[in-house]
Parts: sequence; C-alpha cells; structure tokens
Amino acid sequence: MRKEAIAKVLFVVPAALAIVFLFGYPVVKNAVMSFQDYGLRTFFTGRADWIGLDNYVTVMNENVFGKAVLNTALFTVGSIVGQFVIGMLLALFFKKNFPLNGVLRALFLLPWLLPLIVGSAAWRAILEQDSGIVNVMLRNLGIIDTPIPWLTSPDVALIAVILVNIWLGIPFNLTLLYSGLQDIPDELYEAGALDGANGWKAFWYITWPQLRAVVSITLMLGVIYTLKVLDIILGLTKGGPADATQTIALQSYQHSFVQFKFGQGAALSNILIVISLVFAVVYLRVNRRRIDE
Amino acid sequence: MVKQRLRTAIAIVLLALMLFPVYWMLNISLLPNGGTLPESLFPSNPTLDGYVTAIHDQGQNLVTSLLVASGTVVVTLVIAAPAAYALAQFRFRWINWGLLTILICQMIPGIVIANALYTLFESIGLLNSIPGLIIANTANAIPFGILIMRSFMMSIPSSIVEAARVDGAGLMRSFVSIVMPISRNSLITVGLFAFLFAWSDFLFALTMSTKGQITPVTLGIFTYLGVNVSQWNAVMATAMLASIPAIILLVIAQRYIAAGATGGAVK
Repeated sequence: MRKEAIAKVLFVVPAALAIVFLFGYPVVKNAVMSFQDYGLRTFFTGRADWIGLDNYVTVMNENVFGKAVLNTALFTVGSIVGQFVIGMLLALFFKKNFPLNGVLRALFLLPWLLPLIVGSAAWRAILEQDSGIVNVMLRNLGIIDTPIPWLTSPDVALIAVILVNIWLGIPFNLTLLYSGLQDIPDELYEAGALDGANGWKAFWYITWPQLRAVVSITLMLGVIYTLKVLDIILGLTKGGPADATQTIALQSYQHSFVQFKFGQGAALSNILIVISLVFAVVYLRVNRRRIDE
Repeated sequence: MVKQRLRTAIAIVLLALMLFPVYWMLNISLLPNGGTLPESLFPSNPTLDGYVTAIHDQGQNLVTSLLVASGTVVVTLVIAAPAAYALAQFRFRWINWGLLTILICQMIPGIVIANALYTLFESIGLLNSIPGLIIANTANAIPFGILIMRSFMMSIPSSIVEAARVDGAGLMRSFVSIVMPISRNSLITVGLFAFLFAWSDFLFALTMSTKGQITPVTLGIFTYLGVNVSQWNAVMATAMLASIPAIILLVIAQRYIAAGATGGAVK
C-alpha cells in the first residue's frame, strides 16, 4: 500500500518539477530582479545590488508609462469588444442549420492557428501605405484621396493594431461561444416559443442567461490573453510610431531585451501579472457567487 | 430549403472576408521577383520565384522550427501524460489546488518567463540552442496538455485498469500498455497543439537567440519584415510555408479533437 502511494506520486513528480521550473522560478526570479540593479553589467560581474523600489519608480516616471497603460487599456477593451461581438454574432449564425455548416465553421479557425507573426506579416502587406490593398480599394472607390498611413501615423496605428487583433481573436470567441450555445437544451427554446419568446426575446431571456458562465470565461480568458500580446504589435509597429502602440508588455520586453535593464523589465512584467491576477480574482469571485446562488 | 441555401451563401461570403488575408498572402507569394504589391485580386503571372528565394534564405530556419517543435512535442507528452492520468484517476486530496495552479500558470505572461529563463540560460549556456528553445516552449504546452488529456482520461473506466492490476501489472505498466493506447486520440491532439504552439512561438525565438545562429522561421519572417520588405513575394512565400502546420492541423486533426477518449474500449 505504501509502495502504491509512492508510485502514484511519481506520476506527477515530473510535471510538478516542470511547473516549478517553468512558472514558479520565473515568477520568483522576476520578483527578485525587480528590486535589484539587474542589467548588462550583471551578466559580466554577477553583481546585482538591492535598490528597493527604484525600478518601479523609474519605469512609472517615464513619459511613455502613462501612454503604455492607456494603450494597454484601449487595446484590451477595443480588441475584446470587437472579438466578442463579432464572435457572438457568428456563433448565433452558425447555430442555425444549413449545408456545409461544420466545414465552413472549422475553416473560420485558420487565423487562430497561424503563427501570429504570419498574421502580422499578411496585414503589413494589406495595410501598406502606397500599394497595400486596403488603400488601393478605398482610393478606387473614391472614399479617400490620399492613402491612409495605417501603421506609420500615430493617429491611426493603434486603431489598425486593434483591428488586426480583433481579426485574430474572432475564431477563439466563435469557438467558445458556439460550444456554449450547443449546450443550451432545445426544450428551453420550445417552451419559450409557446410563450411567444422568439428572435430577440428568446436571445435576451433564454440564450443570454444560459450563456452567462461561458460568456464570463470567454471574456476573462480574452482579457488575460490580450494583456500579454507582444507578437502582433512587434510584427506590425514595434510599438511605434512615436510610441503610439506601446503597451506594458512591450515596455517590459524593450527594457529587458533592447535596453538590457532586466530589473526594470521585471518591474513592468510584475505590474502586468498583478493586473492579470486582478481580473482572474474578480472572475473567480463572480463565478463562486453564481455557484453559491 | 431556399433559406438554408441562402445561409450557406452568406457563410461563404463571411468566410471569404475572414480568410482574405490568407488568400492575399498566397497572391503576393506568387509574384515575380522585385514586383510591387498586387492591385488585382488574382495573380496575373504566377511564379514560384518567391518560394525559391524563401527556401534559399529560410530553409535552414524551417528545419530549426521543425526540430524545436518536434522536441517540444516529445517533452510535453512525456511530462504531461502521466500527470494528466494521475489527476484524472488517482483521487489525490489536493487535486483542486493542483488544477488551480495549472490554470494560474496559463495566465502568466510569456515575457515573465522570457525574462527569467534568459538570465538563467545565459549563465548555463542554453541561449542560442535548440534544447533551450524546447525547454522554454514547453511552458506553453505542458499546462494545456495536462488539462486536455486529463479531461479525456476522466472518462476511462477504472475497471479496465483494475482488470490488468488483478493480473499483476504494476501501475506504470498498466499506464503504458493500457491507458496510453486508449488515450491515443488525446495524445495526438495534445501533440499536434504542442507542435503548433512551438512552431508559432515568436517571443522565445526573439529573446533566446541573440547571435543569429539558431533562428526559428517566425524570427526569420520578423527579420525579413525589418530589412527586406522590397521582396514581398519571398516574405509571403515564407509566411505560407510557415502556415503549413496550421493548415495540416485544420484538415487532419478535426476528427481527433472531436473523437472520444475511450473509443469503445469497453464493450
């Protein structure tokens, strides 16, 4: 019996070690580094002096910090609203019966499965200022006279990046919301129809309340994934022009891997972890209350 | 019936809009060398010039990505499969805490892991190496793999394993000879996604290769975009080549994602 218990634990030991090494160690290491003068010099001399909260004070006092926080908020909210609304409309549409439904719905997943840098590359070509197809079409249709500098003007770059991220996120929202819709029993709609609940009424009084758990998990995962997005912004604008698309995650990357100020990069990534955790805790509390009800 | 056909037509139009960027990538990849971005919707004189340049410039990078992704699959399955089975069947008291930990791990931003692993790998010589990239990439795949395989393995009737145990098979042997074969579909699903995660990875590729010796194809595309945008055909040809695993997954793996775990093992 004793031996059996040990054998059982051995099944989880490799995974537990991997999780400690791949997640526990980085979180602790980031926390430690964020209080140290950890920079290029550290790699040569091994020295990293304790400097208290200096890294946090430094990064938060930089001009770009406020902009990065605002952009992170706009990027996250804009992306989530767009992805969710379009994903929901598509999920409702695919709930209906029609030929080829399954195949067409599966093909919608393709943008999600592509490497993000591939998606970014495609959009770089599409949004190219002089000969990108978007500007060419808008000009041919007579909507614009001068080409829009989608990715090179501080006024529109953030909007362009959000639009691309919405495109990338639609499949994820569609998939989760569609599977949520499939789990709503048909009898509810049949009973509703007897009481005159069709169309909008059926959506508002049956679909939406039944879907609330799926909606909240979709939104929470969406927020957490969007907060940490790096690939798309690096691929499209690298944070520019004039910091118009800087975010907290990108700032962390640039402090660590462009300026080699790992202490400051760690401070920024810790700020990001705290924001993510706040959303996770809010989500867990909201859901627990619902289970208790 | 007319209404249903109309819906199919609408769905096709929506899908065409959604997949336009992918089509556009293909269109540009077929341009001749030195061509400007196309203004017509269909390639007028399609050539494979872009692909020739892409394979010349990025062939080695595609191989690097293949090695990193394959290694990630192996490490992920070896580590995640036994844990998934244990969490599905062994009734540990702390299971809920374990699952919560895994969920939280999935929320940790990649940049946190990159910051820490970079400093560690720098001191132990794993920067600019395929094993280093494999280790970093398992961070994306192991928590996902455990959760997916666990949900499949929950539905394995314990009677199958118990029957083997009565015949004298140890825990590990019954796991390898019984649980693994009936969980084949979930192993394939996780393996395919682990491959795709590692193949698509850009953050670790960007941060862990500092000397340009080990360049996964995602980093290759990024470098192309920086200096070489005059050669759109080669950039997009590389992007198309880098999309092949995603397309294969979509075509082949659909059935694995949907397939049940036990596949009728108990009849």
